[in-house]
Amino acid sequence: MQRIGVFVCHCGSNIAATVDVKKVVEMVKMEPGVVHAEDYQYMCSEAGQAKIAAAIKEKNLSGIVVCSCSPRMHEATFRKCAERAGLNPYMVEIANIREHCSWIHKDMEEATKKAVILARAAIAKVNLNTSLKPGESLVTKRALVIGGGIAGIQTALDIADAGYEVDIVEKTPSIGGRMSQLDKTFPTLDCSACILTPKMVEAAAHEKITIHTYSEVEKVTGFVGNFTVDIRKKARSVNMDKCTGCGVCQEKCPSKKTPSEFNRGLNNRSAIYTPFAQAIPNVPVIDRESCIKFKTGKCGICSKVCQAGAIDYEQQDEIITQQYGAIVVATGFDTIKLDKYDEYAYSQSKDVVTSLELERIMNAAGPTKGHLERLSDGKAPKEMVFIQCVGSRCADNRGKSYCSKICCMYTAKHAMLIRDKYPDVNVTVFYIDVRTPGKNFDEFYRRAVEQYGVNYIKGQVGKVIPQPDGKLLVQGVDLIDNRQILKEADMVVLATAIEPNPDVRKIATMLTASIDTNNFLTEAHAKLRPVESPTAGIFLSGVCQGPKDIPETVAQAGAAAVKAIGLLAKDKLLTNPCTAKSDELLCNGCSTCANVCPYGAISYEDKQVNDHGIREVRRIAVVNDALCQGCGACTVACPSGAMDLQGFSNRQIIAEVDAICR
Amino acid sequence: MQELINRAKELLADGTVARVLGWKAGDLPYNPEPAYFETAEALDEFVYNGFCGANLSKYMIEASKLEGKTLVCLKPCDTYSFNQLIKEHRVDRDKAYIIGVGCKGKLDIEKIRAKGIKGIESISGAEITDEADTLTIQTIYGEKSCAYADAMLERCHVCKGKEHKIYDELIGESKDTKDADRFDAVKAIETMSPEEKFAYFQSELSKCIRCNACRNVCPACSCRKCVFDSTKFDSSQKANVDSFEEKMFHIIRAFHVAGRCTDCGECSRVCPQGIPLHLFNRKFIKDIDELYGEYQAGEDTESRAPLTNFTFDDAEPSIVGKRG
Amino acid sequence: MSIEAKEEFRPKIVAFCCNWCSYAGADLAGSSRLGYPADVKIIRVPCSCRVNPMFILRAFEKGADGVIMCGCHPGDCHYSTGNYYARRRMTLLFSMLDYIGVENGRTRVEWVSAAEGVKFSTTMNEFVEKIYSLGKNVRLGDLRCRN
Repeated sequence: MQRIGVFVCHCGSNIAATVDVKKVVEMVKMEPGVVHAEDYQYMCSEAGQAKIAAAIKEKNLSGIVVCSCSPRMHEATFRKCAERAGLNPYMVEIANIREHCSWIHKDMEEATKKAVILARAAIAKVNLNTSLKPGESLVTKRALVIGGGIAGIQTALDIADAGYEVDIVEKTPSIGGRMSQLDKTFPTLDCSACILTPKMVEAAAHEKITIHTYSEVEKVTGFVGNFTVDIRKKARSVNMDKCTGCGVCQEKCPSKKTPSEFNRGLNNRSAIYTPFAQAIPNVPVIDRESCIKFKTGKCGICSKVCQAGAIDYEQQDEIITQQYGAIVVATGFDTIKLDKYDEYAYSQSKDVVTSLELERIMNAAGPTKGHLERLSDGKAPKEMVFIQCVGSRCADNRGKSYCSKICCMYTAKHAMLIRDKYPDVNVTVFYIDVRTPGKNFDEFYRRAVEQYGVNYIKGQVGKVIPQPDGKLLVQGVDLIDNRQILKEADMVVLATAIEPNPDVRKIATMLTASIDTNNFLTEAHAKLRPVESPTAGIFLSGVCQGPKDIPETVAQAGAAAVKAIGLLAKDKLLTNPCTAKSDELLCNGCSTCANVCPYGAISYEDKQVNDHGIREVRRIAVVNDALCQGCGACTVACPSGAMDLQGFSNRQIIAEVDAICR
Repeated sequence: MQELINRAKELLADGTVARVLGWKAGDLPYNPEPAYFETAEALDEFVYNGFCGANLSKYMIEASKLEGKTLVCLKPCDTYSFNQLIKEHRVDRDKAYIIGVGCKGKLDIEKIRAKGIKGIESISGAEITDEADTLTIQTIYGEKSCAYADAMLERCHVCKGKEHKIYDELIGESKDTKDADRFDAVKAIETMSPEEKFAYFQSELSKCIRCNACRNVCPACSCRKCVFDSTKFDSSQKANVDSFEEKMFHIIRAFHVAGRCTDCGECSRVCPQGIPLHLFNRKFIKDIDELYGEYQAGEDTESRAPLTNFTFDDAEPSIVGKRG
Repeated sequence: MSIEAKEEFRPKIVAFCCNWCSYAGADLAGSSRLGYPADVKIIRVPCSCRVNPMFILRAFEKGADGVIMCGCHPGDCHYSTGNYYARRRMTLLFSMLDYIGVENGRTRVEWVSAAEGVKFSTTMNEFVEKIYSLGKNVRLGDLRCRN
């Protein structure tokens, strides 16, 4: 029989206001095995932990139950406390009487009764706990960064500067990401390329950084410290070592009708292309779907004009397999599709554009060479209307429920730049709220209004109607003056909501990283561990975790790098001891468990056993502790009950069931 | 039968096999029992007739550990069980010399008794070579007769077919005796009201004496030690401490063999209380077929069992309520 | 306490929640103060695939009136595939319980993500209401030791 101590936390009034903690203490004292019970204001505080430690020593406790907040909050705290007092950390169980009790019930008698039952279940469980010892695994001192935008580049640079090898995997032919598509950046209005390109060059030149562009992560196995990743390097059809980046092939390529991804489809590119002039690497790829040579077998012009002889039509996809200790996800975002927003006439008029398209229009290297003009007729606009929150903060299912966070600021930027360069253009912005939290952000917005005379109207646009003369009739409402507004505009710009890159779901599945309903990766803790995934060894950088602007992205990228470095700096990791274990005398060797194991952690060996005097060689399941993550799928698949999960054993769970149903 | 005995003697004599696993006469005319034969003389005791329903594949688990090969006689439906045991690494194919024996349906003494035929002294017409379709039964009350088909085990009316799924050689003719749908009884229960279902199973299962005959005979229930006998789940072992215990036992037993049960019907055949235990297994088989695609355990030795498999768009558990 | 009050039916409901999604969803329901009846008691398991049919039958045997299992949404399992196995297991088990005459409403599976505090709370409210409407569980469980 265990000697159990029960510690009931008041959590200030969070628990004590609804649960009679004294009563809980009194009731649990009657439970089998309980030799000590006490309550305290804040068990997680230093004084509270000191009480636990003292009781463990004085009462010679063999197990403890802490009735407090969720184990997701403080289980680790109390385990460490127990360990310091000389108790095995796995002899600690938490009864969650805050989130699952005091916070959701109003009636004190009910809540107290429930708290007692939850405590009983935890006591019943701890009665069957056994000391567990974490195993050790080595750490591969190399990091993988998925995504080569500003987030991925910054993370890679920071990790590499700390002295660790980093690989960047980028899906497109060049690193640079969304930031490379931007013209100017708020709130300082410096040119995006001017501040990004040096970072790209630095990453490419860094001796510790390897960049795989036009590549995708194909398979991930392993676990924290020991991931094995297959990277598919798609066939570029251009030999990277030979190509000099002269660009003649792109000039001569006769297939020039593919919409340019980089310019958001506003103009066309050739079949052999680099996405933009400052691309890194400056080596083109052949888009085999557009290439005449690949489609018809005839052409081959690029090969003929290439003096370096770099064109290689025979090139095949290549799979690189590499070990990593840490993986950082920096997959970024895209703007949402606007097919559900017909009222803004995006699909009907070329002069209704998204903000990202406007970035390309305003960029000197863009489709209009930086001239602000209507894409329908090339005329300079006189009236421009910006519509905010297109698909953001959406109450229905058409768009996103969240705020995309960056739109208020970039719209102010666009408005300001237009008024600065083209003072004769009137700019009107329809908004729900203008949100400008951030250093120098509100000042920036106020400059747009006060200095540049941008006309801000609080209210939404109901409809944009293309007129026969090419103008756009904007029907809106001014909520402050409470009046309908009809406005003729030459161009309408939609501040389109952003969403995580659609590929992230596939990547999250491979990494077994949690993802929310909006496809943002979930943090290990929303406030306290914002750059870590709940899956150990996976870190989050940039918009894949939630909407962010550039300064925030860079800050988070650095934070993710620090977390990754912290992991890589360790030589050994302790592994979760709550792993499956097979009882060799009960195991049938039937392979059912191995069939359901997602980690390939179960193998079989022929082993000499002594089953109560019967000595024979049997086929027995063996669990690799380093690979097992402790899900328990095998324990249910096993018909004989030979496979059990340490820390969540069959008997422990049944004891909890019994205690609750008693 | 003589052909079988002769061949077995040959294989014993030339050292191909070290023993023969078959049946010998029991103490009553209708209960031959599984037996090992290690010499030619012993084989004179060998019996194979319509009452040899016992599925010998499970005996091969222990026989696989013995020195040398064992000749095992398997009926067509027994071969499914053998395949399943190979898949689960419980038997060693190399240790078995399988003679696929002919089968024209096996007999159920309870069916004969149910016709009011009592005091049985001997039965003729049950021999496997006999083409006659009538059983002639000598009783202390005189000679009675019964159509062979009327005396067949329930499982033979839903025969899986006359084909042996695995064998080294075949001896004797087999016959597909299927004349009913194996899910009829399950469907009939499914249409009952919850009260009727409960009353039906309550009355059937309350007969259970937890003798474990079903478990011991079942080729899928091949665990070295049953969970109900171990301390792993704090589950009770034998006598029912409460009325739920037998339900728990039979539900869990059926669950553990779900996707592995070949529907050989041995559980119902051996139950001394006459509980139609196959109705549990058939329910799982029917659900698996309907929800996850038709699956016959033991059809092969490679395929993945339905419970160790999934598809991304499997039915949700709420389908149970929706199906009504 | 009057005799009537003593006989008032308060169901016993066991909820198995996976650590990564549903238990966190229950935590979120708590921190958002989204109430549900105290009859629900949660048992934390690493994954829905850890829930053995034995646990569910055991709960009924010991007097539970309803058992609900919650896990990550299919496709979102922390262990990538656990809930797919759990889904098959529970579908077959519930179908079997229905087959032997146990009201289907007493068993339920719901996928609740860590972000779905609201769903957790509404699911539990609905489930408890259902169990109230079904009343005491007399079909499963230890009949002899009760009166």
